[in-house]
Amino acid sequence: MIPVLLIVIPLVSGLLAFLIKQEKSVKTWTLLTSIITLVVAILPFALHKASDLHTDIAWLPDLGSSFSLTMDGMSKLLCLLTGIAFPGIFIATWNTTYKNPHNFFALMLLMQTGLIGVFVASDALLFYFFWELALIPAYFLCSIWGGERRVAVTFKFFIYTFVGSLLMLVGIIWVYFHTPDHSFAMTSFYKVNLPGNQQGWLFWLFFLAFAIKMPIFPFHTWQPDTYEQSPTAVTMVLSGVMVKMGVFGILRWLAPVLPLGTWAWGDTAATLCVIGMIYASLVAMQQDDLKRLIAYSSIAHMGLMGLAIFVTSSVGIQGVMVQMFNHGVNIIGLWIVVELIERQFHTRKMSELGGLAQNAPGLAVMLVVVALANVALPLTNAFVGEFMMFNGVFGSKSSNYHYIFMVVGGISIILSAVYTLNMIQKVFYGNTNTLTASAHDIRFNEKLVLVILLIGIVVMGVYPKPMIEATQHAVDAIYSKMFVKLP
Amino acid sequence: MNAIVISAVLGVVMMFCGVFTNSKTAIRAVAVIGLLVLTIANVMDMGGYHFVNVSLKGMLTFDTFGLLFNTIAFGSTWIYFLLSGRDMERVGVNVAEYYALIFFVLCGISIVSSFNSLLMLFLGIEIISIPLYILTGSDKRNLKSNEASLKYFLMGAFSTGLMLMGITLIYGVKGSFNMEVIRLGSTALTPMMTAGLLLLLFSMAFKASAAPFHFWTPDVYDGSPTVFTSFMATIVKAAVFIAFIRLFEGCFGELQREWQLLVAIIAAATLFIGNITAVFQQSVKRMLAYSSIAQAGFMLFALVAMNKMAKEGLIFYSAAYSLATIGIFAVLLKMKDYTFEGFNGLAKRQPVLAATNTVFLLSLAGIPATAGFWAKFYMLSAAVDNGHVMWLVIVGVLCAAVSVYYYFRVIQAMYFKEGDPQEIETSGAFKGLLIGIAAIVILLGIFPHWLINQLYSFFYL
Repeated sequence: MIPVLLIVIPLVSGLLAFLIKQEKSVKTWTLLTSIITLVVAILPFALHKASDLHTDIAWLPDLGSSFSLTMDGMSKLLCLLTGIAFPGIFIATWNTTYKNPHNFFALMLLMQTGLIGVFVASDALLFYFFWELALIPAYFLCSIWGGERRVAVTFKFFIYTFVGSLLMLVGIIWVYFHTPDHSFAMTSFYKVNLPGNQQGWLFWLFFLAFAIKMPIFPFHTWQPDTYEQSPTAVTMVLSGVMVKMGVFGILRWLAPVLPLGTWAWGDTAATLCVIGMIYASLVAMQQDDLKRLIAYSSIAHMGLMGLAIFVTSSVGIQGVMVQMFNHGVNIIGLWIVVELIERQFHTRKMSELGGLAQNAPGLAVMLVVVALANVALPLTNAFVGEFMMFNGVFGSKSSNYHYIFMVVGGISIILSAVYTLNMIQKVFYGNTNTLTASAHDIRFNEKLVLVILLIGIVVMGVYPKPMIEATQHAVDAIYSKMFVKLP
Repeated sequence: MNAIVISAVLGVVMMFCGVFTNSKTAIRAVAVIGLLVLTIANVMDMGGYHFVNVSLKGMLTFDTFGLLFNTIAFGSTWIYFLLSGRDMERVGVNVAEYYALIFFVLCGISIVSSFNSLLMLFLGIEIISIPLYILTGSDKRNLKSNEASLKYFLMGAFSTGLMLMGITLIYGVKGSFNMEVIRLGSTALTPMMTAGLLLLLFSMAFKASAAPFHFWTPDVYDGSPTVFTSFMATIVKAAVFIAFIRLFEGCFGELQREWQLLVAIIAAATLFIGNITAVFQQSVKRMLAYSSIAQAGFMLFALVAMNKMAKEGLIFYSAAYSLATIGIFAVLLKMKDYTFEGFNGLAKRQPVLAATNTVFLLSLAGIPATAGFWAKFYMLSAAVDNGHVMWLVIVGVLCAAVSVYYYFRVIQAMYFKEGDPQEIETSGAFKGLLIGIAAIVILLGIFPHWLINQLYSFFYL
């Protein structure tokens, strides 16, 4: 029942929002909807009856596909992330004005529908359906409300992901024909036992789709441009929630379905992840534009998650789960700060800013905490995830090169500290210039969101146990399917 | 049988309509009602009510597959009449004759969807083609229309010649035109059989505008009056594919292993050429011509795979593709400027047209939750199930991604580009109808079996 509600509420409300022409009312309407969705997304943590978390409605019986939704620990966590992200974004960007606001907010809610659908679908075809549906609103949002080069950039993004997902569709169809009962259901997909050579090339069909979405080097080229050109509210969704679709996809549809393929190509994929981490960190150090810096830092973080999955260890996967949530929270926090800076000074160039801490101490404190969380300082939430992931890489039994991965990955963490601290220093400290001399601090609604985020960051950093417990079962289930006995 | 007789009669009726009345509204009303009667008669045929009982000596067989396709073709034509009927009147003065010719084409379609003898195939294809030559040239004072008509006629006649030659060769081997006789015992290829098969393949590929026999298509589609392009590119094209698959399954089904690779290569070439060339077009009309070639490449998947899923999928593909393309052409007809720039800023002036057009374009691109997704899904599944042509599947998928480029160019022009939109006059009914079709496209996209199951259950309960 819960997953259906999670999909239906934003869907219906989003469609209705197209009709609300007044800016104030449509903003209130979407905010209310997203808060209700958040409440519903919290419920699964209290409910334990299977019938509440599982829905199965006949959809295409001839094809063996049904409208089947299930929430396990991973889905719960990601739905919660989606649930938190949207009201947070709406409140933080409350003062931003858009032309045709009703269309903007309606599309935002439709995007939320697609995202939640991806996270709860337990039928491969349905998963593909939502996977694409989340993309269409994103395409329109970025193309209509984005920056100067928006049309071309968004188009690149769309084509990239579309190619990936079509290849995945072929993979899904292939696996479907080899399921014992000709069904798209997740349980049937998990029963498939394909020979090794088939899993090898099927792995790439799936992997490409997820790698483009995450993005993993060298499929990342759409990402910095898109993040830079999109309206910040959309960038928050893209980087906070949508890239998690890629990680989620690997954990749910790739690794357990094609364990042999994952094992055979795991080192290759992990190498790509590691190269991406170093490369993205190095590029991030050169950036002057705040949005691009965060975009590249996100590539590095996603690379680490990919690495932890592909070296196959239980702790590492647990770390990925935790980190998926935490990375979403942190990066949205970073974007909020960037949005605040940009709205006040109409620039995102670090070279044009400086000395902000003097006039806007509130903003400075916020940014520093979020940024430190981004480099995974102990006591912040990201530390837990990254520690577990590195622990997993270190103890991996299925990878031959995990020590090298570990060392190289560790270097990228140091690099991330370099560019993050550099950013803090350039933006907030030093002398004020003409632009920043008259800076004022942040408003109440912005403070509210940021304070909640900060509390979340610290609490989850100090006491991550509930999150780990909630996902423990899901991790075990995935790991047991992934684990291949080594010859 | 109902459909063949009634459509032929209706064609004659329409011709006489032009003699007795000059009112265009009356003529259109007769055509719309006539087509409705035709559709109902065909549906009743499926249910077992045959109006005429003639011994056909095994020349025609009316199976559900063919009749189901007829229903879809007639239904699409009916929608086409409603949407674009008025635009037909702008082409020239002989409105009644245009309707009459279209009814004759429909007669041909109902023959090619049920032929069981190569002679009937020839007859059906000719009954489809000859009215089309006339319709192509119906804009008599337009040089391009004349050129298109002549080109179409010459090339069409040539390919018909090839087809006849192929039929003759096969008759020489088997001593019969009957498909069952031909199929029987042909397990290995003899040289004469091969020649016949190849000639038939080439001529059908020509009619279906598959590469490398597609060169007439862009010129003909571009030159002929846009209303008729809409009809030719959708319903007629789908009908040719039905004939194609019927012929090759009926005659050469046992030999599939021998010709599968060749057809797969043709399909890949068609996909590649259609999609790549469409990218470079500046006129939406010409882009749609190439897109129809690209879509033909996907429909060829059905022939390559030739299993139950492929046949079911082909029917679905026809419906999805026809509906979307007819819708886009109906919008295009209202525009004076056919270039991509002509669509700039359409969303501001005509939000309904832009929104429905977007749905149709998404459907053609194969985005989920539109009918076009299932069309492509069925074709891909059929080919994957077949198992021998995975490379073709990958080519198809990559080409589908290319197709997004040119379909989305129209969406970009409508929504993201500032422009001075052209004056477009539309009626409320037209918009309502467009919304209706868009709703059907989405409904089929979410419940694809609804259409097929409804039709099936209606007859077999």
